[in-house]
Amino acid sequence: MTAIAVSTTINGDDVEYLCQPDETLLDVLRNRLGLMGTKEGCGTGDCGACSTIMDGRVVCSCLVLGAEAQGRSIETIEGMAQGAELHPLQRKFIEHAALQCGICTPGFLIAAKALLEEKPDPTEEEIRFWLAGNLCRCTGYDKIVRAVQDAAREMRGEAA
Amino acid sequence: MSFDATHQKEQFKSVGTRPLRPDGVDKVTGRARYGADFNMPGQLVARVLRSPHAHARIVKIDTTRAEAVKGVKAVVTADDLPDLTNGDAALFAILDNCMARTKALYDGHAVAAVAAIDEKAAKQALKLIDVEYEVLPHVVDVDAAMAPDAPVLNDAIFTEGVTPKPDTASNVANRSEFGHGDVEAGFEAADFIVERSYKTGQTHQGYIEPHACVASCNPDGTAELWVCTQGHFVYRQNCADLLGLEVSKLRVTSSEIGGGFGGKTHVWAEPVALALSRKAGRPVKLVMSREEVFRASGPTSATSIDVKIGARKDGRITAATATLRYTSGPYPDMWAELGAMTSFACYDLENVKTVGFEVVVNRPKVAAYRAPSAPMAAFAVESAVDELAHKIGMDAVAFRIKNAAKEGTKSSYGPVYGPIGIGPTLEAAKAHPHMSAPLRENQGRGMACGFWFNFGGQTCTDLNINADGTVTLAVGTVDVGGSRASLSLIAAEELGIEYQDVKAVVADTATLGYNDMTDGSRGTFSSSMATISAARNAVEIMRQRAALMWDIPVEDIYWEDGHAKAAGSKYGNLAPLSVKDIAAESGNTGGPIAGHSELVADGAGVSFATHICDVEVDPETGSTRIVRYTVIQDAGKAVHPSYVEGQYQGGAAQGIGWALNEEYIYGDDGRLQNPGFLDYRIPVCSDLPMIDTQILEIPNPNHPYGVRGVGETSIVPPLAAIANAVSNAAGVRMSHIPMSPPRILAALKDAKG
Repeated sequence: MTAIAVSTTINGDDVEYLCQPDETLLDVLRNRLGLMGTKEGCGTGDCGACSTIMDGRVVCSCLVLGAEAQGRSIETIEGMAQGAELHPLQRKFIEHAALQCGICTPGFLIAAKALLEEKPDPTEEEIRFWLAGNLCRCTGYDKIVRAVQDAAREMRGEAA
Repeated sequence: MSFDATHQKEQFKSVGTRPLRPDGVDKVTGRARYGADFNMPGQLVARVLRSPHAHARIVKIDTTRAEAVKGVKAVVTADDLPDLTNGDAALFAILDNCMARTKALYDGHAVAAVAAIDEKAAKQALKLIDVEYEVLPHVVDVDAAMAPDAPVLNDAIFTEGVTPKPDTASNVANRSEFGHGDVEAGFEAADFIVERSYKTGQTHQGYIEPHACVASCNPDGTAELWVCTQGHFVYRQNCADLLGLEVSKLRVTSSEIGGGFGGKTHVWAEPVALALSRKAGRPVKLVMSREEVFRASGPTSATSIDVKIGARKDGRITAATATLRYTSGPYPDMWAELGAMTSFACYDLENVKTVGFEVVVNRPKVAAYRAPSAPMAAFAVESAVDELAHKIGMDAVAFRIKNAAKEGTKSSYGPVYGPIGIGPTLEAAKAHPHMSAPLRENQGRGMACGFWFNFGGQTCTDLNINADGTVTLAVGTVDVGGSRASLSLIAAEELGIEYQDVKAVVADTATLGYNDMTDGSRGTFSSSMATISAARNAVEIMRQRAALMWDIPVEDIYWEDGHAKAAGSKYGNLAPLSVKDIAAESGNTGGPIAGHSELVADGAGVSFATHICDVEVDPETGSTRIVRYTVIQDAGKAVHPSYVEGQYQGGAAQGIGWALNEEYIYGDDGRLQNPGFLDYRIPVCSDLPMIDTQILEIPNPNHPYGVRGVGETSIVPPLAAIANAVSNAAGVRMSHIPMSPPRILAALKDAKG
């Protein structure tokens, strides 16, 4: 197989890479670009650990080909904080103890960010269904939902 | 200096607060490095070939064609992992599980492995390994495996624990028995008896991070292993034993761990990765796929359990028995024994007897899963207890309170209890607003209790006072859920300094003495004991340094609120010296200041919980929804309450999945049909409500701060609590876990007649 040349945008930066036609975006991120904050939990689109945002939409990067990123804009966990300043969701996840082992955390943060960009004031039910594609085995989701609610409040400018 | 571990401390400054965890930023920015997030120069990619048969003799393996694939650097089989186990059956089981030797014993059993320059070459090579199998009859069901005509997995297994010793081999590896009193007489005295049989399916721990490691064997006999594990010292010992390495020459570094729950307590593929590295002469990265995780790691036992309980009209239990049959995969362990020990641990019983049978089957080797073996036993016993309470006409909570174990009770498994939390959790449940909240149509409420022993074990900790007075704490228990935060709190408390001035790290096997793994809810319990001990040793040194600085006898110096203080009026003018003051002078008073501790953390306090659960059962689909859930559990002393709550909630969620949906499904061919998260569905966010928690603190008398383990007990009550709730909601008593929609529909249909 011949490698494909891809030009794309990742976390706002222009990026070019070569990848195999059957190579997933997840493998490109992790193995070619060193962006290992995106995790692989299943490789079949069932766990959401590899969630990334592609042109504003949450995707499982294990179900996207590296070649499909051509001309797109990709956001990963590495781009979520603005320099030294954490995104409110990142801060709230730490404050609410919304992570235990933390392997699912990058995927949850990416998915929750996309939720709050689309729906700044989600109900608990909306949060739970939006995040239903992200598996967490440690927390029982309680503290994750509370962290998202609290981050949403802060981002809307409301007092906690 | 001997360490006094008795409970003394009642007032706390740091312990019990909720500071931010030290590894939080790394984990929310993607910087934390897990098993698969590490690379070495010249690293190869490993893949494992697995048996497609549940039971087969391996007649021949020919790797010639695979070795010829361009880019393949090594192919290994059992021949490359010679048997060095020297008669150690448990170690041999680990070896044989890592790489099948003469027989493949389950679908997914490893038979060969490849290391190549990339995944493509490795996968191609796997297809070219020629394995000739002689397929044998298989058995996966626990009751079927005990039948006289069952295919026998291992003709060297003769049931242990029975007299006389059987003269024919069987799948029943051992029989264990616990109890006291005269159960026959007890049943004679009963006015009511409930006798039932139960089954539970096999579940997986379901950690989101697949097993992953990077192994590097050097030509000089040294080796390194980077791995996600609950116990890197145990992995070092296992790997050194299986590969014939000197322990000191194998350095194991535990990565951040993406969940384990017991599933990462013994080696799976790590010895294979080391063998590949040794053969190829290059580092090797081995990451399991999710399908491999399901087929060849974990899981828990499938069980079949009979329970009989009798009680008088006044609600006092007169006798209780249980017979528990647990699968262990192809290799015997102690799963049935643990089930037999835990069954009736919540109750004060005059006459009790439990018998466990450990049964080998053609399923993956069972690993611990959070309070291993206890949830299934509790499902059976707590279901029967509930039914008996109904039969007598007593409230389910009141019936349990009447029979609850207390301080001084001789437990069903032998020891006499000290101060314990079963009574208080039941009283708290009785008083909880959840118990009296209204229910809607098709809803029902259930409750159940649970027990876990908690373990202590070998522990080693280093506490270094840095020149600026901050503290580095090196522990050897892997942090699975926030223990670096809790142990930093402990060090801050004991030294009398700020939490922010302590940084806890998990040290690798070359930089700290041996530690048992993080299991048995021991992480915070045992490492906090070692941390307190290390801190006390450091305080001793700081008192000596203060004596030198002041030029007064050390006996006249005491330690209080993070300061060395001079005792008595004669030194009245001496301003107390802080840790920072003493540390700043350490170069002039004898050099670096550190406290070390090596101990066996005895006295882990037993743990009890009571759960309350409301469910709604859809009579048309048989689907069950959890409407409300409350966990009440004794923590001894909650060091970091947020992470204690997290353990309670996480265990409850796992129990909910186990109760309602999770199950290994085997085809007639003995192959696992649902090795993925789509078909083995664990609870997702939209399946669950908030999970309320109530932390009780009944101090453990054997820990300076009263700490008990908190990690495991929370998975014990949910199966029965939900089954009891389903029974109250739908009027059918479910005896088979998981209570999936088809099973509930069938039960509803049967009930209608």
